[in-house]
Amino acid sequence: MSRPELQAPPEIYYGDVEAKKYTKNTRNQQIQADMTYRALELLNLPPDEPALLLDIGCGSGLSGEILDEEGYIWTGVDIAPSMLEVALEREVEGDLFLQDIGQGFGFRPGSFDGAISISVLQWLLNAETSHPTSSPPHRLNRFFTTLHSALKNPSRAVFQFYPSSDDQIQLITSIAQKAGFGGGIIVDYPNSNKARKVFLCLLVGGGGGQQQMPKGLDGEEVEDSRARFETRRERTGKDKNGKRKNMKVIDRDWILKKKELYRKRGKESVPRDSKFTGRKRRPVF
Amino acid sequence: MVRLITHNLLACHAKGCTSNNFPLAFSNVQIEIREAEFNPEFLKNFIPKVEWNALVDTARQLGDTSLPLEQPEMLDEEFLKSLHHVLLEIHVEEGVMTCPNCKHEYPISNGIPNMLLAEHEIG
Ligand SMILES: C[S@@+](CC[C@H](N)C(=O)[O-])C[C@H]1O[C@@H](n2cnc3c(N)ncnc32)[C@H](O)[C@@H]1O
Ligand SMILES: [Zn+2]
Repeated sequence: MSRPELQAPPEIYYGDVEAKKYTKNTRNQQIQADMTYRALELLNLPPDEPALLLDIGCGSGLSGEILDEEGYIWTGVDIAPSMLEVALEREVEGDLFLQDIGQGFGFRPGSFDGAISISVLQWLLNAETSHPTSSPPHRLNRFFTTLHSALKNPSRAVFQFYPSSDDQIQLITSIAQKAGFGGGIIVDYPNSNKARKVFLCLLVGGGGGQQQMPKGLDGEEVEDSRARFETRRERTGKDKNGKRKNMKVIDRDWILKKKELYRKRGKESVPRDSKFTGRKRRPVF
Repeated sequence: MVRLITHNLLACHAKGCTSNNFPLAFSNVQIEIREAEFNPEFLKNFIPKVEWNALVDTARQLGDTSLPLEQPEMLDEEFLKSLHHVLLEIHVEEGVMTCPNCKHEYPISNGIPNMLLAEHEIG
């Protein structure tokens, strides 16, 4: 079967059935989670600062759930209503937007401390969306220009994606550079068919050596991304007494409190009256 | 879930709409209050990004008058708690956001704003 992005526009491909199938598949959950942790590692955020992140093509929230767990505040955008609906059902914490990234963003300059995007960028090169759009280079240009402005200086945007040719990589990186980004492509495990992963690591600002291009992973053994990310964060995120600063992930009290919060919100479903359901409504006035 | 933290960052992105395009004006809103974990460090980092007047005006429109008109210099606990509530606990679930400049309407349904533009609005 050909690649999803060659089959149909994203909001059609990820319809109700595929959105559920995609999200429930435990193998897929694992792969997306692993790549999310690797993207977070490449973002290289200061470990002691709780950050505001943008999740580009957030889908059903598989990456967002990890951002929640790691204590980030985030905003997610996606073009597929069915994916966003699943994200609502899963009660992710981030604010969600129905948005075509090829139309660009309206976020004020410097809004986000970083951005991640897992398995999305290849869509901008291929199938048209079902509503009117322009050519892929035009869409990429609009996307990268408005993203660059929405990010603070210095910061990073890390994309895992599935390019189908070197020409595609060339097109993407040249448009990103014109939009003002530094950085480029990183390939993890380039010699392994199974573990090979392509990341685009874009840098905003970075004069004065604050921004160094990270290296791809290599070696015989495929490491666990989550363990590596959390160890690094734990090691660097300690204050002088050896206490972890702001790190919620290993704080059991915090997790319990969060679980309690979820419980309070209730899981019982409400009548399905529109595309987006699964939230309990409690109008205040 | 449009919270005021994101609303305060959001300007209109329709073609040619580059000035007076912030903040988007809420109308016909249904809001919901949902408790969130208080994180003073996050707030302190976020404060420099806030457009204060827009935040205070919008909060007041939504019925919350806890924020002072002038952004305080002292970040005491009481102020941070109010800010936390306004930025992270008020969720606009239904309604419309209208651009003050081009009047484009972004409808919000089940907490999700529809940011899609028509062909003639794409920049
Ligand atoms: C393979 S899924 C990945 C979802 C999520 N990042 C994850 O890791 O599970 C690809 C997502 O990209 C979204 N997408 C594709 N084209 C898009 C566009 N032009 N604007 C916004 N989202 C888009 C799709 O709707 C889909 O949810
Ligand atoms: Zn406008």
